[in-house]
Amino acid sequence: MALKINMGEFHERVEKGIHNTFMRGAVAGAQERLRTRRLEAAEELGNWEEWRALGEEIRQHTLENLDYYLMQLSENVKKRGGHVFFAQTAEEANDYICRVVASKQAKKIVKSKSMVTEEIHMNAALEKLGCEVIETDLGEYILQVDDHDPPSHIVAPALHKNKEQIRDVFKEKLAYTKTEKPEELALHARHMLRHEYMTADVGITGCNFAIAESGSITLVTNEGNADLVTALPKTQITVMGMERIVPTFEEMEVLVSLLTRSAVGQKLTSYITVLTGPREEGEVDGPEEFHLVIVDNGRSDILGTEFQSVLQCIRCAACVNVCPVYRHIGGHSYGSIYSGPIGAVLSPLLGGYDDYKELPYASTLCAACTEACPVKIPLHELLLKHRQTIVEREGKAPISEKLAMKAFGLGAASSLLYKLGSKIAPTAVNPFTTNDRISKGPGPLKAWTDIREFPAPEKERFRDWLKQRGNE
Amino acid sequence: MNVTLFVTCLVDLFHVNVGKATVELLERLGCTIHFPEGQTCCGQPAYNSGYVKEAKEAMKHMIRTFEHAEYIVTPSGSCATMFKEYPHIFQGDGEWEERAQRLADKTYELTQFIVDVLKVEDVGARLEGKATYHTSCHMTRLLGVKDAPFTLLQHVKGLEVVPLPNAHNCCGFGGTFSVKMGPISEQMVDEKIQCIEQVEADYLIGADCGCLMNIGGRIERKGKPIRVMHIAEVLNCR
Ligand code: SF4
Repeated sequence: MALKINMGEFHERVEKGIHNTFMRGAVAGAQERLRTRRLEAAEELGNWEEWRALGEEIRQHTLENLDYYLMQLSENVKKRGGHVFFAQTAEEANDYICRVVASKQAKKIVKSKSMVTEEIHMNAALEKLGCEVIETDLGEYILQVDDHDPPSHIVAPALHKNKEQIRDVFKEKLAYTKTEKPEELALHARHMLRHEYMTADVGITGCNFAIAESGSITLVTNEGNADLVTALPKTQITVMGMERIVPTFEEMEVLVSLLTRSAVGQKLTSYITVLTGPREEGEVDGPEEFHLVIVDNGRSDILGTEFQSVLQCIRCAACVNVCPVYRHIGGHSYGSIYSGPIGAVLSPLLGGYDDYKELPYASTLCAACTEACPVKIPLHELLLKHRQTIVEREGKAPISEKLAMKAFGLGAASSLLYKLGSKIAPTAVNPFTTNDRISKGPGPLKAWTDIREFPAPEKERFRDWLKQRGNE
Repeated sequence: MNVTLFVTCLVDLFHVNVGKATVELLERLGCTIHFPEGQTCCGQPAYNSGYVKEAKEAMKHMIRTFEHAEYIVTPSGSCATMFKEYPHIFQGDGEWEERAQRLADKTYELTQFIVDVLKVEDVGARLEGKATYHTSCHMTRLLGVKDAPFTLLQHVKGLEVVPLPNAHNCCGFGGTFSVKMGPISEQMVDEKIQCIEQVEADYLIGADCGCLMNIGGRIERKGKPIRVMHIAEVLNCR
């Protein structure tokens, strides 16, 4: 999977999403569950706003000094016997990973969940090399088994599928014979995967937070699969976005606290694993070789711009879980592996406006995302900045809109024009008005009246009434 | 108390009754209403569509029009939020940033003004029936006015106010979103209406004409027996 999941035009994707009742039921249910749990977890922790402020400060500080911390991280990984590779592009990252894999003559690769490997389309590169790549995160595994269905949520990639659908996929592809009970499904997947861990040559992981002071990486999971991915194969490759770094263990703890609570409403997830370098003498498990691949792929272009705060993201999906637009259209409508509000902000930055120009408009600017974000990214303001960029720098707005806005600017900045315009409004729309209502509006009004009634402008404006009354 | 009314363009043109109710209500509470004739629109439609230059023209005009007011009160959470955003928008623009800040500091949404400034919780209103209240996004999340409408509604005689399920979800208005993203907006407003129906409310009350136009327009289209009222109208019922 690359950043882009190619599924037709935006409006077609939305149409498809809206008509997918299974998906919408699953998403609405998950949103309500996750939102409640997150609020409870925040309440139980206490002083949530202070925690958020701290999270924001840590992330901002790290981004401001990113070059310093990346150097420190890289030195410390090397000191512990690991290898570090900075990849400017997706191709560079894949080339390096393929080289390592080829040098091991590896055939089988097990993988824990990682969005950045999806972003750079790593699996395809490895498969081209003749390797078998097996996803071990349950959600990712389901999608992989289902002919590489794209993820629809950054934390719960198979959120769009209900358990009956998963049962059917397993039946068709894995000779599964049991019911749709989640425990039975999970047990079956676990059984299938157990064997793969034992025979894999290379383990590949993502990275929730790299710790600069020690050269460690932190993995947060609920299934423990990342532990097996890193403990059994002889070679471990960890791929991280270049911003996924913290200075010390102390900051890591704060961010993990924010992450687990925001993502799933848990104090902690079942497994929080911190790994430092390859196996050392006297240690009983861990890889013999450790490679850290730090991926830029467009991120450094965001640094120093008005969009920098998007790099604060810790990929918790709290913004996705409260988004009323995501709720109705689902993740695939975004056409990107990053969906929901974070996806609407990030995808145009990483993938360009040509593919993602609609996303900044797929928001009511209700700010539910901004309110939920544990590191205080002003998501709705960033969406607004995208709109500004599209209008001002890219010049991609439709001409009719430009004209309308020009007229608006003139009208609203001049009392005279405004008064004149508002006075003639009732007459202008008179032909379309019945009983003070417009049901089939002309021009831009049509899009409104396709769905709802529009009130006709009143014959006596408020200001006329007030004047008659003698107020000034 | 001298109140300068920013009535909003939607009320001036489409919801005159909301403006009338606001004036009568505030006068009953002892305020003297001033209405600068030059007022137009807060600039939000352009600003939220990415047309900052055009929006700023409107904003400067509004600053000039309102800067001599003692208190600026508006029956719209969203437009009040926009006035509060002005300093942020004019950031770095010395003179205008300052003028914007002074404007923002004296701007109040109607219910916020009644509860926080006038210190009134019971305005002596009466309305029989069962109502539910739509918490509009800008007013709750950005302006931070969460309790004032409920405090006031609680004292309306004869009115039973029941909580709206999933109240935190946006109604799907979002200004130009409602027309640019029609199909999504439709789903959102339909879910909102389902929630209103679920509690069997006679009235849907809100403090933002944008949301009310959206929800109300859809309710009318579907022919549902739910009456949509702005909170100023409710508080002005006797
Ligand atoms: S933007 Fe904020 S809420 Fe959304 S995924 Fe990132 S950290 Fe979480």
